[in-house]
Amino acid sequence: MSARALLRVRRPGRLAAEAAALVIAAAVAFPLYWMVLSALKPAGEIQSTEARPWTLAPSLDSFRRVFEQQEFGRYFLNSLLVAGTVVIASALIAFLAATAVTRFRFKFRTTLLIMFLVAQMVPVEALTIPLFFMMRDFGQLNTLGSLILPHLAFSLPFAIWMLRGFVKAVPEALEEAAYIDGASRTRFLWQILFPLVFPGLVATSVFSFISTWNDFLFAKSFIISDTSQSTLPMALLVFFKPDENDWGGIMAASTVMTIPVLVFFVLVQRRLVSGLGGAVKD
Amino acid sequence: MTANTTAHKAPGRAGAGGPPARAPRGRPASPARRSGWTPWLYLLPALVLLGGLLVYPIYQLGLISFLEYTQAQVSGGEPTTFQGFGNYATLFNDSQFWQVLLATVLFATACVLATLFVGCALAVLLTRIRALPRLALMMAALGAWATPAITGSTVWVFLFDPDFGPVNKVLGLGDFSWTYGRYSAFALVLLEVLWCSFPFVMVTVYAGIRTVPTEVLEAASLDGASQWRIWRSVMAPMLRPILIVVTIQSIIWDFKVFTQIYVMTNGGGIAGQNLVLNVYAYQKAFASSQYSLGSAIGVVMLVILLAVTLVYLRLVRRQGEEL
Repeated sequence: MSARALLRVRRPGRLAAEAAALVIAAAVAFPLYWMVLSALKPAGEIQSTEARPWTLAPSLDSFRRVFEQQEFGRYFLNSLLVAGTVVIASALIAFLAATAVTRFRFKFRTTLLIMFLVAQMVPVEALTIPLFFMMRDFGQLNTLGSLILPHLAFSLPFAIWMLRGFVKAVPEALEEAAYIDGASRTRFLWQILFPLVFPGLVATSVFSFISTWNDFLFAKSFIISDTSQSTLPMALLVFFKPDENDWGGIMAASTVMTIPVLVFFVLVQRRLVSGLGGAVKD
Repeated sequence: MTANTTAHKAPGRAGAGGPPARAPRGRPASPARRSGWTPWLYLLPALVLLGGLLVYPIYQLGLISFLEYTQAQVSGGEPTTFQGFGNYATLFNDSQFWQVLLATVLFATACVLATLFVGCALAVLLTRIRALPRLALMMAALGAWATPAITGSTVWVFLFDPDFGPVNKVLGLGDFSWTYGRYSAFALVLLEVLWCSFPFVMVTVYAGIRTVPTEVLEAASLDGASQWRIWRSVMAPMLRPILIVVTIQSIIWDFKVFTQIYVMTNGGGIAGQNLVLNVYAYQKAFASSQYSLGSAIGVVMLVILLAVTLVYLRLVRRQGEEL
């Protein structure tokens, strides 16, 4: 029996499954829809008790309030700078480390791998306290470095662990052939191995990008007085007021903060799915 | 020479297929010869960063938890004194600590179970539908996944807002406040955590299912196995490694939930009713300046997660997986 015959037998079931999938997709997307919708609603409508799921008079007032807020653009650039630095540095460093633990045999290799695994489990939030004092002692409080360095370190164990599968998948024969053809180790590393592992690097970078971009705790704890070094999550909090929250502003700021991550995800989504499959298969 | 060339080969595979590896002839200065130091050179940046920003802070965390370390020591210049297990004694005698610990464990368990169930169910659903609805569900899930925890939290709070939120309108709950009661507040946070963490499980398990050969599934289906039976007897065993990975990742993530609780319940709920360990430690340290108590709570979390890790390592080892 062919696969098509198998499908024909199941057709009513499949239609029901597809209907269910579409309903679930709509439900999952609804919060994001509501966020963008609320950001576009004029002030009167958003604070109305009717909560209509559409708007007939979209306005950019909320976005204007967000961007006119003190230094919002600066916060955005800071966030972008921190996340971008972490993604690139973490990809390069993790690539080197993953190559070391998969393509070489050396003493303590297994121990190191276990350490990388254990390191992933460490609740980084708990380390906020010692990190705060370290940053203070090194005069790094209120600098972007105080955000970049911890995020870089904390993204490494998972990235190394995930890249392992990709590096392993490159055949040994290729490496030998490269050396026989006279390539140096460095040349093999950057001109042959690196391009081959690149899809894996992309999948890995999603995780470091998200954890850094989304960071709220370090941004709140380490950037305490110099707001010119703040990142986006702090800008969002400005719209929470004790008496009455400015929901339009909150939703507009949330939209602005979510869009870069969404764009990043859409760009890498195909590689992400195959990347996860590859990483866990090995 | 031979020892060096085989040095970077996986032991099981070396020489298994293909011709045995030969050292490149006539190249006395072949790169393989230097492999003694090369791996450490490659590892150097990673090890320096992890040593300085992970290992050393863990040591500091442990140290602070044994000291008396409050505002007086931090900015008042008073000498720090060694407390031994004093901070831990204070903590373990505080009934709020046990209450928070219990809440953390129960909340994390509920989150993990809900995430795994929904994620696996939707992964199976994805395999049974055509490309277009699959794309729709995938895109919606990626959207939820991509949403930063802080914006996700604010949006969900707004959705469930007693005055302006659509949920209460649709459910006819009037001005019922979700964040007022302890359990409804936890339920609200759980929904948000589920929303943003099931996509990882769904995508990973779906990627895993696609690696299961279709012939196996067709054979099972032709033999009259029900869907549940196929899942339980064919797919689950083949997906075991993946399921272990997503379970452990979920436990780790859900046990450490911080932003959602902090933002949605405004720092731990009314009178701290929605505190979990992470937020509790943060509040102790940065809101009440009891840095040593906060550190002690951090150490407790570290120990619990380390125990989870050891269980995970045993599971992996028992499968005979090569590291």
